[in-house]
Amino acid sequence: MAIESEVLVIGGGLGGLTSALAAAREGADVRLVSYKQSTLRQASGLVDVLGYTPDGDGPLTDPYEAIPSLPEAHPYRKVGVQTVRDALSLFDDAVPTYEGEHTDTNALLPTHGGSIKPTARYPAGASAGLASDTRDTLLVGIEEMVDFDAPHVAAHLDATGVPFDVRGETIRFPGDLRADAKVTRYAKLLDTNSEVAVRGRMVPAREALAQRVNPLLEDEERVGFPAILGDDNPGAIRDALGDHLGVDVFEVPMGPPSLPGLRLEDALFSALDEAGASIETGNPVVDFDGEDRIEKVFIEKNGAKIPNSADQYVLATGGFVGKGVESDREGVYEPVFDCHIPHASDRYDWFEGELFGDHEFARYGVATDDDLRPLDASEHSEFENLRAAGSVLGGYDFAAEKSGSGVSIATGYAAGQRAAQEAR
Amino acid sequence: MSDAETPPETEFDPVAPNTGEEFEPVDVFPDSDDFDLRPGADSCFKCSTCDTNCPVAEVDDDFPGPKFQGPEQWRLKQSDDDHEIDDSVMDCSNCMRCDNACPSGVPLSQMHNTARGEYVSEQMDKLSVEYIRNRILANYRTSAFFASKVPRLANFAMNFGPARWVMEKTLGVTSERDFPEFAKQTFREWWADRGGQVKSRENAKAARKRRGLPEDADKKVAYFHGCYSNYNTPEVGKAMVRVYEEFGYEVVAPEQKCSGTPMFANGMLDDARRHAETNVSSMSELVDEGYHAIASCTSCSMALRQEYPELFDIDGIDKVAENTFEAVEYLRIHEDLKGEVQAADVDGDLAEEFAYHAPCHSRNQGLDRQAVELFRDLDGAEVEDVGDSCSGISGTYGWKEEKYEKSMEIGEEMFEHMEHAEGETGMTECPTCAMQMEHGSGYEIRHPLELLEAALVE
Repeated sequence: MAIESEVLVIGGGLGGLTSALAAAREGADVRLVSYKQSTLRQASGLVDVLGYTPDGDGPLTDPYEAIPSLPEAHPYRKVGVQTVRDALSLFDDAVPTYEGEHTDTNALLPTHGGSIKPTARYPAGASAGLASDTRDTLLVGIEEMVDFDAPHVAAHLDATGVPFDVRGETIRFPGDLRADAKVTRYAKLLDTNSEVAVRGRMVPAREALAQRVNPLLEDEERVGFPAILGDDNPGAIRDALGDHLGVDVFEVPMGPPSLPGLRLEDALFSALDEAGASIETGNPVVDFDGEDRIEKVFIEKNGAKIPNSADQYVLATGGFVGKGVESDREGVYEPVFDCHIPHASDRYDWFEGELFGDHEFARYGVATDDDLRPLDASEHSEFENLRAAGSVLGGYDFAAEKSGSGVSIATGYAAGQRAAQEAR
Repeated sequence: MSDAETPPETEFDPVAPNTGEEFEPVDVFPDSDDFDLRPGADSCFKCSTCDTNCPVAEVDDDFPGPKFQGPEQWRLKQSDDDHEIDDSVMDCSNCMRCDNACPSGVPLSQMHNTARGEYVSEQMDKLSVEYIRNRILANYRTSAFFASKVPRLANFAMNFGPARWVMEKTLGVTSERDFPEFAKQTFREWWADRGGQVKSRENAKAARKRRGLPEDADKKVAYFHGCYSNYNTPEVGKAMVRVYEEFGYEVVAPEQKCSGTPMFANGMLDDARRHAETNVSSMSELVDEGYHAIASCTSCSMALRQEYPELFDIDGIDKVAENTFEAVEYLRIHEDLKGEVQAADVDGDLAEEFAYHAPCHSRNQGLDRQAVELFRDLDGAEVEDVGDSCSGISGTYGWKEEKYEKSMEIGEEMFEHMEHAEGETGMTECPTCAMQMEHGSGYEIRHPLELLEAALVE
């Protein structure tokens, strides 16, 4: 026996989650298995579709317009523009707290490094921070949080030529928090609005934070904080701070560990739960049975191999960072099914000398047919019931193009939907 | 710089390949029998995802979080022989959530357990009240063993107000909590009265016949009931036996001691090892005879599967780890459990809506959604998830006077969700989570096996 489902999705990142959601909404009995918690905790929470062309042109105004001229090997070319749009509609429906669906045009968001990023969807908490908005801005950093130096970020933003005045101030977070307090510590205090000690008096955390910022506010009409404003109730926290300060409040997405990423993870997992899927995290898929078809895969738990079988499989294990693609001195490989990964035989051809050069490895991943089935070295599909989605796919450089989330959502959607249709 | 003594002389150019034939890798760290968790520490790339999972760091400003306790502490140890373990390791509740978080597979809880063990054996004052209190809490089995001889007296004495006041003042055991009741008849007493393995074999045979299975089918499991099912909630153990027999499995209840979970959490590794030796020895013999080890408590199964092979080198330990399963998980793998549950219905006192909490220790085993998903299509009962927060008790953590309030603060989210849930009966696999759920909500708490028994057993 084995643990059975119609569609088995391997991987719990954006590609796997979208894939499982699309398949479940198509009516299939879906199971998602993920080695560890979702890599979304390391993501900014912004959902990019395409910010720059592979040649580096951009920021692009309309990402959809640019898709037909991408190279043929690009995952967007495999699924087509309409699928990208349909996939984003699924995302919009599953994550109603996101904005940006009203237009095809890329939004411009400030990052915690003070650059401007073109993106297609963003959390509601970031919306008052749009760089196209002309309202003057105060950025507030927390002294202990060294990865958001507000005056520095403000200077960088100013240098990009944003159409507003921006200034940065640094405060001590109210209450006696330790210097390396976790983002979840700040979030929990604000979520529960617990009282903190300020000069010997106990004050609710939201009010205390606003009191620290108030004297620093000049005539700015909006205030940006690093993304620490709550895990469960971010909207209520922004509203409360906004009421105290009399301005709009927004969050600037941060590096890992990321609360916006964590909130997105929660939203997608609950959408998946509502759609009736099964979910299991904690242990890796290490092996499989089958020749032309995958019969079952094995999840390893401390030496025990737990069989899981399905009619259709989706490989959404991620790229180099998610460990869905690995390399050693001999070559580049995909560790679960050993799908072929096209790459140069001499490893010194994998990268360029310059740090930000046009590295070949950034585009390494499985190649697929138009149905997203991984192809072997002679361009035949590896398994008839396996599709790939997300950054395990090759042919694109998500970091340079700012296309990571969009490709994961679009290919996840396509792979999940087709797997579900074929499972019946 | 790394602590390699002198870097070999090279004209290293990061662009031009220069590691051709002259390259000779140097073994910087020779083999050693001591714990060497450096490879794990080196895999940490500081993404801090573990820290976002730590229920203690979320409420306790004295606790530096799992990344510090694990890889950072290990790096300090590696480079400085005089490095002492930071005493904050005693504030870790051993929920082990950080393990499930790490994308690089850093063995965080192994590092914490090892560091805590070293702290307790080398730095902690053995005459201190804290040490004595922790030792008593960690050795719950010993207290339970004596209490179960006189359950009525023990139930009275353990919750007798003045006695509890003295316990809090002298030992630091919080008087806020009620001690769990001891059963009038332990699971093992029931098991022996019922006819033990012989009776179980008869029942299994009859069930196989009923199900049209070959009568000699090789279906046998060894039940690791743990302390709590034995002394406090024998109804869970009985449910396990009846459900397994219903599927045609012969059950044995081998000699066993504490799984070690409360000892790991208190750094009492010598105590844990002694108990582990008994457990491994009796389970590994049965594994050789074709049995699988089945636990109904997710912390017990966690200990046998993960902590034992990580911390101890005992003959047969890996074999036992590979062949240990949680009770419902095993049936999901080997039987059409989902199908049978879908076809079943429940009436009587378990026809309830349950507010279900997934224990932290179920997470690394991939079992945190099992109960909710399994009972989705069961007629007559509903199981609602009350969220992914930690219950806050973490075994002995919430019993310590100085930790009690943190424990309740961590649990607050779960209590709120329980209150908003439809049902007024709780459900979980973990005995101490059950104590916390009951303490914070006043609900009665049941185990998924009890619901499975109500659904599937006549």
